[in-house]
Amino acid sequence: MSLLTVRDLSVEFPSGVRAVDGLDLELDAGRVLGVVGESGSGKSVTSLAVMGLLPPDTRTSGDIRFQGRQLTGAGPRALRALRGDRMAMIFQDPLSCLNPYYTVGFQIAEAYRAHRRAGRRAARDIAVRMLDRVGIPEPERRARAYPHEFSGGMRQRVLIAMALCLEPDLLIADEPTTALDVTVQAQILDLLRELRERSGTAIMLITHDMGVVAGLADDVVVMHGGRAVEHGAVRDVFYQPRAAYTRGLLACVPRVDGPLPERLPTLRTPAAGEPPEVTS
Amino acid sequence: MILYALRRLAVAVVILLVICGATFAIFYLMPADPAQGACGKACSPERIAQIRTTLGLNHPVLIQFRDYLAGIVAGRSYGTGAQAVTCPIPCLGFSFQTNEPVWGLLTERLPVSVSIAVGAAALWLAVGVTAGVVSALRRGSVWDRAAMVAALGGVSLPVYFTALVLQYLLVVKAGVLPYPQAVALTDDPVGWAESMLMPWITLAMLYAGIYARITRGEMLESLGQNFVRTARAKGLPERTVLRRHALRPALMPIVTIFGMDLGALLGGALITESAFGLPGVGKLAADAINSADQPVILGVTLFAAGFVVLANVAVDLVYAALDPRVRAVG
Repeated sequence: MSLLTVRDLSVEFPSGVRAVDGLDLELDAGRVLGVVGESGSGKSVTSLAVMGLLPPDTRTSGDIRFQGRQLTGAGPRALRALRGDRMAMIFQDPLSCLNPYYTVGFQIAEAYRAHRRAGRRAARDIAVRMLDRVGIPEPERRARAYPHEFSGGMRQRVLIAMALCLEPDLLIADEPTTALDVTVQAQILDLLRELRERSGTAIMLITHDMGVVAGLADDVVVMHGGRAVEHGAVRDVFYQPRAAYTRGLLACVPRVDGPLPERLPTLRTPAAGEPPEVTS
Repeated sequence: MILYALRRLAVAVVILLVICGATFAIFYLMPADPAQGACGKACSPERIAQIRTTLGLNHPVLIQFRDYLAGIVAGRSYGTGAQAVTCPIPCLGFSFQTNEPVWGLLTERLPVSVSIAVGAAALWLAVGVTAGVVSALRRGSVWDRAAMVAALGGVSLPVYFTALVLQYLLVVKAGVLPYPQAVALTDDPVGWAESMLMPWITLAMLYAGIYARITRGEMLESLGQNFVRTARAKGLPERTVLRRHALRPALMPIVTIFGMDLGALLGGALITESAFGLPGVGKLAADAINSADQPVILGVTLFAAGFVVLANVAVDLVYAALDPRVRAVG
């Protein structure tokens, strides 16, 4: 049975912008789904819609089913109970995602205590254990440190620890490596892969980076203009892309092994609904 | 942390010294002759010369400054022999008008100023921050607009106007409050509160508007922060999200201006005290200026500056306690 099913999802902002327009996607338990697309294709808005984190004045229609439960139209209480517990989310730019006034240990413990009865001590121990699990050395000491005392990669590890402390069934990772430098990106991806193998958490991985999808995802959804233009196994989509847009997107990835082109190909941003042209 | 505090205190002492020098220089440059002021009207030239010697005005200005500073930390005496007058630590000289020691005048009037300042501060902090938070949470609503217009009104109304209107309405017309008097809190708590209520409201109206606007702006900014989104993504109850993750960062700038405002007011709310006829430090300053009572003017200025400097140190320390990033730098 699928863990997350999105049917005909549309999201419209009060400004009249339709960020998501009739999106379908599906994610099975324990699988990794890559959601790729340019900026403005509606990837992040989709993830926020699933989490129920869109501003109250946005208009959402369609179906979001998570573990058989209908999320669209569910009350804020029901969504809050799921958020952080059964589904968790990490974002790009980990520094700004952590509150500078509290220790990271506190912020992880806080996530745990939002859903489980636990004393400060017990929650703190869990925070330390989680920091250890995401590969932060000296977790006991580091739990007492503040976000500004961590490096970018370590902060993303902290956010992952926070997201996974209740062993959610779904982790939404919105551009988890975008704000990090390349070597650190690789470490974070390794960590996500390892955590997924150990805990069986399904991951919805939102990125514009084809390389990240290729390295981690089982399936991929290519988004453009608020809808899915292609959906399939990573291997199929990468080697036999059906949609013109996917071919265009793939053509923009610079290759290390191919001939060096004079200019790298880019996508010319088309009007909504039109297929993009690839220029080189 | 202790080192940080000590460094801040050392800087504060230096600042106070500079203020002392500047005030003394202004005092020295005033056209009024201190000896004439001390002697009063119808004074013989011999008497003036004598006073000049007693007050040390015949010495060069730097020596006078040194003696003044020495008087503050070690006390001093004016004149010699049987006529010598001792001025105990901290000596700020004697009033030309009443011949009382300036320090005594200040400490005697301090309770009134502290009562006004602390009460008003509590009131404007509660009203201003609450209004600002509610406005931010209901941005664009009728409440938000009404509160912001009221805030603008409060900031725009001059203190002497509010003070007179309040006294007219509450004392003269309605008769629900007595004319404000200097009542000690320990003698008569009810009378104290009744006397202080109008000054509190007057000052709070002025400051609450500013605080409401700042709180609203800061709150809107922090509500847009990514860590607030993270807090929601964790599934924290909305109250916790707002209080812990949005309000706490929004209050940091409030701490800064609150410390400064309170510090400035502790040194005397000149217009408010004068408008209500309350004998606080501010009223003392106003009276001293009117009668060119130079030692008192000098003393009040230093005293008030001392509060501002101390408030600054306090703000720095509180800031370090509240913000781990400041602690790290300090």
